[in-house]
Amino acid sequence: MSTVVDLNGESPAAEGRTVGPPPAADVLLEVRGLKTYFHVMDGTVAAVDGVDFQLKRGETLGLVGESGCGKSVTSLTIMRLVDIPPGEIVAGEVWFDGREILSLPMAEMRKIRGADMSMIFQEPMTSLNPVFTVGNQIAEAVKAHRPVSNREAWNRGVEMLAAVGIPAPERRAKQYPHELSGGMRQRVMIAMALSCDPKLVIADEPTTALDVTIQAQILELIKAMQERTGAALLLITHDLAVVAETVQRMAVMYAGKIVETGTAEDVLLDPKHPYTQGLITSIPSNVPRGQRLNVIRGTVPNPFRMPAGCRFEPRCPLVFEPCRDFDPPLRTTDLDRRAACWLHYPPSERPTVSDVAVPSAPVRTERVGKR
Amino acid sequence: MATSAAVTIAPTARVSRGLWHDAFRRLMRNRPAIVGLTCIAIFVFGAVFAPLIAPYGPTVGELSNSLQGPSLAHIMGTDLQGYDEFSRVLYGARISLTVGVIAVVFGLIGGTTVGAIAGGAGGLVDGFLMRVIDVLLAVPGILLAIGIVAWLGHGEIQIMLAVGISYSPIFARLLRGSLLALRESDYVIAARSMGASPVRILLRHMLPNALTPLIVQATLAAATAIIDVAGLGFLGLGPGDPRIAEWGEMLTDSSRFLQSAPYLIFFPGAAIVISAVGFNLLGDGLREALDPRLKR
Repeated sequence: MSTVVDLNGESPAAEGRTVGPPPAADVLLEVRGLKTYFHVMDGTVAAVDGVDFQLKRGETLGLVGESGCGKSVTSLTIMRLVDIPPGEIVAGEVWFDGREILSLPMAEMRKIRGADMSMIFQEPMTSLNPVFTVGNQIAEAVKAHRPVSNREAWNRGVEMLAAVGIPAPERRAKQYPHELSGGMRQRVMIAMALSCDPKLVIADEPTTALDVTIQAQILELIKAMQERTGAALLLITHDLAVVAETVQRMAVMYAGKIVETGTAEDVLLDPKHPYTQGLITSIPSNVPRGQRLNVIRGTVPNPFRMPAGCRFEPRCPLVFEPCRDFDPPLRTTDLDRRAACWLHYPPSERPTVSDVAVPSAPVRTERVGKR
Repeated sequence: MATSAAVTIAPTARVSRGLWHDAFRRLMRNRPAIVGLTCIAIFVFGAVFAPLIAPYGPTVGELSNSLQGPSLAHIMGTDLQGYDEFSRVLYGARISLTVGVIAVVFGLIGGTTVGAIAGGAGGLVDGFLMRVIDVLLAVPGILLAIGIVAWLGHGEIQIMLAVGISYSPIFARLLRGSLLALRESDYVIAARSMGASPVRILLRHMLPNALTPLIVQATLAAATAIIDVAGLGFLGLGPGDPRIAEWGEMLTDSSRFLQSAPYLIFFPGAAIVISAVGFNLLGDGLREALDPRLKR
């Protein structure tokens, strides 16, 4: 395909960029200063605005945040599946398995997708092609990455269906997606994602579309498969309970930024950032019966008009002097704990109004014109 | 919404054998579609076995026998040359059906190629191809076909090309539209996330899912193609050889005797109407069979 042809929902390589040094060898995925913006009619949305995190080999990380905070865009950017335009990867690096993948040519990226990193989607009902049998679809994914015969690929598909706990896999493999239930289809998606033994599995809200009893089974399955294959897992969810049960470490996202990271236990039991604190205190079961539920007052900021300082400032109960004008970067508070809040900076390191420099690049809020 | 619709398709307890099988079953339950299919089958049968069924050859007759009314010897009468009208209607089915259907096939091939390139590639390619299609659509189909026949000359192939080209913009538009919608579909994104190449995604994941509206449109187009082919024949742009029986040309020839021998215009006209209605009924039936959401 020539360069005139757009890449059909794939993000072309960012060219002519200089990247930093590679991360340590035990780090499978490192995201540095990632910014993904969308240029739309009304202006620019900074969906992901400076995200940093790390995922070691075989580790499980939960990326938590409410709808629209940029967690899915983060995962799609890592997979290079963001449509460009209207999307634009403005800045940042994504290191995967020792390579900076934002600057890889598309063909190289396609070899990685499905083979080394794969994705489980939110909607099992619509994520399978309705006109092919499920066995066929898994076999196709295998054939895309391995030099195997049709028969071997099919057998691998059946084997994977058995591995994800589908009874009578030989028969199920010959069925079409509409003949399977939602939970079954999600199992098929998991089988497909794991069919080539990836090093990283990104699960984007894998249980949101399923009913509660099936949710638990699917989470159990994802966890078991992760342990069996040793793949690292990036679990994207808005459900704190899911995080508590499934992952070792977690990162909390708010309005395009990561506000807190740490082990799941630490973050859930001792949240450092006021937003995380608000999330946890608003869990209904934490409130005695008969009392009003706790809420985080206000709403998520308008993506076209982000606050100039800390993005949580308009809603924060603990807001104080530097918050309005300065956006706090992530700061290591404890071993393996980081939070983006001025409260966790010693007073001497907090900026004051007399500081002219703005620590964080201001978000473009005006219309940028046609691109 | 789409998901809930998808869920409700699967009826309880049944032996399921894939989408095509289900569609076929639904089609067989649709009475108008069966009527349409029967009409088409009768004409196809008549066309294929014309030499066996027809009592006379298409160009066998005596001038002395000219313009006879329907009788036992000539159940649809005879025309100006004394040829048997019934035989000519049968032989005419060969021309009208093959030219009509092949014209649609030409249109499908041209239209889907353009549509697939436009919808698959997107960007500038898409913009350019769609503007070309817009220009073609701006000219009325039959006028475009007349122009092409006038340019390429008389003959069956020329008519097929002319009608085919005038139909291809519809198919191109239709396919491109389906492909654009499918590009954003979850399973296409999922296929991309598994490392499938753009060409593979287009051919394996998008085209098969975009086929059903094309099949329906092609069947409906066959109905209009038969009328258009007859129309070209009526306007004197038919196969060119007056000995070849063609429904449209038969209408022209008989229009002069509308008062003295109205049966001459009735029978080929009825043949055109019945075959066109047949394809229309089948097309509507296919639309309902292939799109389960329309099912009551």
